[in-house]
Amino acid sequence: MKQGEDHTYHLRTRTLLWILGALALVSAPHVAHLPAWISGFCLLLGVWRWLCAVRGRRLPSAWLRLSLTALALAGVYFSFNTLFGRDGGVALLLIMLSLKLLEMRTRRDAFVVIVLAYFLVITSFLYSQTIFMGAYMLAVVTVITAALIDLHRSRDYPGLAANLQLAGKLLAPALPVMLVLFVLFPRVSSPLWGMPEDSYNGTMGLDDKMEPGRISRLAQSDAVAFRVAFAGPIPPPRQRYWRGPVLWETDGAGWRAAPNLALAEPLAFTGYLPAVNYTVTLEPHHRTWLFALDLPASVPPFAYVTHDLQLYAQEPLHERLRYAMSSYTTYNTGPLTRRERQRALNIPMDTNPRLQALAQRWRAETPQPAQMVQRALDYFRTQPFFYTLNPPLLTGSKHPMDAFLFETRRGFCEHYAAAFALLMRAAGIPARIVTGYQGGELNPMGDYLIVRQSDAHAWTEVWLQDRGWVRTDPTAAVSPARIERGVRALSAELERDPAQQGLLAGMWHTLRLGWDTLDHGWNQWVLGYDHERQRRLFDEWGLQAFRNNAMVLAVVLSSCIAVSLLLTAALWARRPPIEPVVRYYQTFCKRLARRGVSRMPAEGPLQFAARAAALRPELASQVRLITQLYTALRYGARPQPQWLGRLRQQVRVFRP
Amino acid sequence: MDRTQTVFQQPADGCSVPGQAQGIFWRFRPARFLEGEGPQTGPVRLTLRRVFIVPTRYGMLFAVLLAVMLLGSINYANSLGFLLTFLLGGLALVSILYTYLNLAGLEISAARCEPVFAGESAAFTLHTSNPGATRYSVSLQLPGLPAQLVDLPPHETSAIQLLHPAPQRGLLKMGRFTVATRFPLGLFWAWSPLDLDMRCLVYPQPATGHRPYPSGGDELDSGPGQKGGDDFAGLRAHQRGEPLHHIHWKLAAREQGLWSKQFGGGPSELWLEWDAVAEPDTEARLSWLCRWVLDAHTAGLRYGLRLPGLSLAPAQGEAHRAACLRSLALFGLAP
Repeated sequence: MKQGEDHTYHLRTRTLLWILGALALVSAPHVAHLPAWISGFCLLLGVWRWLCAVRGRRLPSAWLRLSLTALALAGVYFSFNTLFGRDGGVALLLIMLSLKLLEMRTRRDAFVVIVLAYFLVITSFLYSQTIFMGAYMLAVVTVITAALIDLHRSRDYPGLAANLQLAGKLLAPALPVMLVLFVLFPRVSSPLWGMPEDSYNGTMGLDDKMEPGRISRLAQSDAVAFRVAFAGPIPPPRQRYWRGPVLWETDGAGWRAAPNLALAEPLAFTGYLPAVNYTVTLEPHHRTWLFALDLPASVPPFAYVTHDLQLYAQEPLHERLRYAMSSYTTYNTGPLTRRERQRALNIPMDTNPRLQALAQRWRAETPQPAQMVQRALDYFRTQPFFYTLNPPLLTGSKHPMDAFLFETRRGFCEHYAAAFALLMRAAGIPARIVTGYQGGELNPMGDYLIVRQSDAHAWTEVWLQDRGWVRTDPTAAVSPARIERGVRALSAELERDPAQQGLLAGMWHTLRLGWDTLDHGWNQWVLGYDHERQRRLFDEWGLQAFRNNAMVLAVVLSSCIAVSLLLTAALWARRPPIEPVVRYYQTFCKRLARRGVSRMPAEGPLQFAARAAALRPELASQVRLITQLYTALRYGARPQPQWLGRLRQQVRVFRP
Repeated sequence: MDRTQTVFQQPADGCSVPGQAQGIFWRFRPARFLEGEGPQTGPVRLTLRRVFIVPTRYGMLFAVLLAVMLLGSINYANSLGFLLTFLLGGLALVSILYTYLNLAGLEISAARCEPVFAGESAAFTLHTSNPGATRYSVSLQLPGLPAQLVDLPPHETSAIQLLHPAPQRGLLKMGRFTVATRFPLGLFWAWSPLDLDMRCLVYPQPATGHRPYPSGGDELDSGPGQKGGDDFAGLRAHQRGEPLHHIHWKLAAREQGLWSKQFGGGPSELWLEWDAVAEPDTEARLSWLCRWVLDAHTAGLRYGLRLPGLSLAPAQGEAHRAACLRSLALFGLAP
């Protein structure tokens, strides 16, 4: 079957503009992460193609295109050191697509370009899968579809909006099909092949080392770190310490983890009931640690616990992860090994002499370790220390903790934790730093806790005889509000103009909470919809039988949708919309036919009326009136709307 | 084929008789996809039974794209990738409907076909009435000839001409043509093969050049007024030897050929006779007779035509011309 391919097709400038516009929209999100020369190159080629069309110039010759292609390939290779992978692949696709524009003449060329534009949409999702990206790309798909429609229009043009309107009409019924397939299409639990190395870059979060100033930078970020739904009552803010990396080693300023120590057997500890049960949904941070409230009572199947009671995943977290946890908030970790004790007391002797002198003096005056801890906390409380998000830089100082403790006295949690741990070690009390998050904001709309990057926190643990490791937070001594009310409330008080607060700020906050509920739902049900979630959903719906062959269900249901649409269309086509005028007249014809006066196929209404009147004189006046109304409505120069009502009335009472 | 339908002036007036149903095997025979339902007289409504639909090559390419996107989405566990893939899949499904609806419900009827001379193109005029919304980019095509691409406005009947070369005299059958569309996305091709049983009368090709009218004995049985009288009697093709001052120079100046003015008393009568044509070949004879009929008509002469087994008495006017040409066109052909 020849499908009416017209080889004489000439790409119209109007269609070209649609295609160029769709391409510009679809590649716009890529500009942010591509080298500038690639965006510029593609833009240039697009403008070139457009000028060729508008000015009626010839398209560039084959050798020019070939040399441009070679040049661009080399450029991509030098920029990315590869032609594959996520970034390299996208760059290559964009460049080849732009070059294809220069030889786009026929309908087939244009079709290939449009199909590749659809494909470009999916490449954007490798970088971002937010609601905004989803909504933007839905709009872009509408424009691409409009370009495809324009490609198949004849010369007569029904206006700019018509293409978009029709694209919308085509896409709207596709949405239910999409939803059914999305829910039912079977998901696999592992990738089919490897992921490119460069899939994840540049995300922010905690690190396994701490330097002054690092966490306070996180405090500026509103990004969500994780969300927690509690099974029972939500613990009060002062108990919400989400434990992350534990830091042992210090050079007098910064702190680092001790990997070899972490690999030892997990420490046996005694936890006191009641345990807290909750579910964490952790945003991907591309590291392996997981966050749990204080000491983990259970370990998720894909995770393990280290000696210093950190929770780690087996693999780096490249995707959002949900895990159920149980934790003890009161516990006793028991005795300390010799090696641990050694590590927990180690300080570089040649740094921070004034701090060490202070600690020695306290040690001489206060023999009891518990009293010593209290004394140090009192020191922070009573001396003029300030809690601030913008602490003075200490990097220039040779003895940074001395400078902090005795001179600047302005610091963020990491300063207080570092100074306190150092003081304790110098005083002979084993101490270490724990980083993680503290607090979290309750979202009343979703009844879950949002923990943001700005909740990042550092505190210390000291080891005391008979009690084991005890959490001690010097920041709480300096600024109890940070612990009780969270960093946001505090930073608002510290830095914002009081005039800005009030109704507007409250509304803004409510809006943000509402948005977070939406975002959380999107994460849970759209982005987090995986093998596991699909199984649970099927179980909830009583579809266990289809667990392993959801494909069957997907095909059956989407076929049902398609068939019902088709049937509707078929019925619709079989009974074309008849104007009411004609319908009433047909009823009239039928009623006359039942009395033996049927209209001949080629008989006009007037002739028929005359014949009917002759055959059934008693009906003559009615027949004439109906025919007069009908002809006036259907063929008359100026049909009046009220005549239709009269025709309907007349036909209704016409019962020969 | 006994599937005849009555021709209606007002099909939408109802009271119509649907074509009677055939057996199920007849309905599903494969030839229908190419040939349709066979020749029909009367209007044909494009229903589900008549419209077929298959994916185009573009549609196949689109399917490949969807498969690639699906594989990528599975591998990267990319939820938005899944959503996009399924949305585009749904879009393709919906486009089947739209492509089908772009044809469905159209009513196509044979309108007319003016006779042409052999060597010209027959223009078959079809009436396409659209009971619904606008149909875009509907193509009508005779096999092997370029397609006509038209938009059909809503609730209107459009006249569409399909040209077909007419190389031979006789009755030219229009044969099967295809109404088709790829609108809106080009992923599917819906078509309906139709045969409206239209025929075009093709007259013989008029011979070129000028020859004297065949003088078959009683060429001009006009009694008194011989050639050369004073009254203008009409025009005839100029023949060598006739006086130059008889040439109708105004017509010649308008490049309408050389015509000699004929003078004489009453109307001259001319018999165009088969036997008087000095040509051995039937087609060549018909060709010359055709030429003379045209000339005599233009000259305003009264002429008659005598063919073996057929004789048309001398007369004048369009109807006579058409009758003469028709008998020349159909001469010797099965009725």
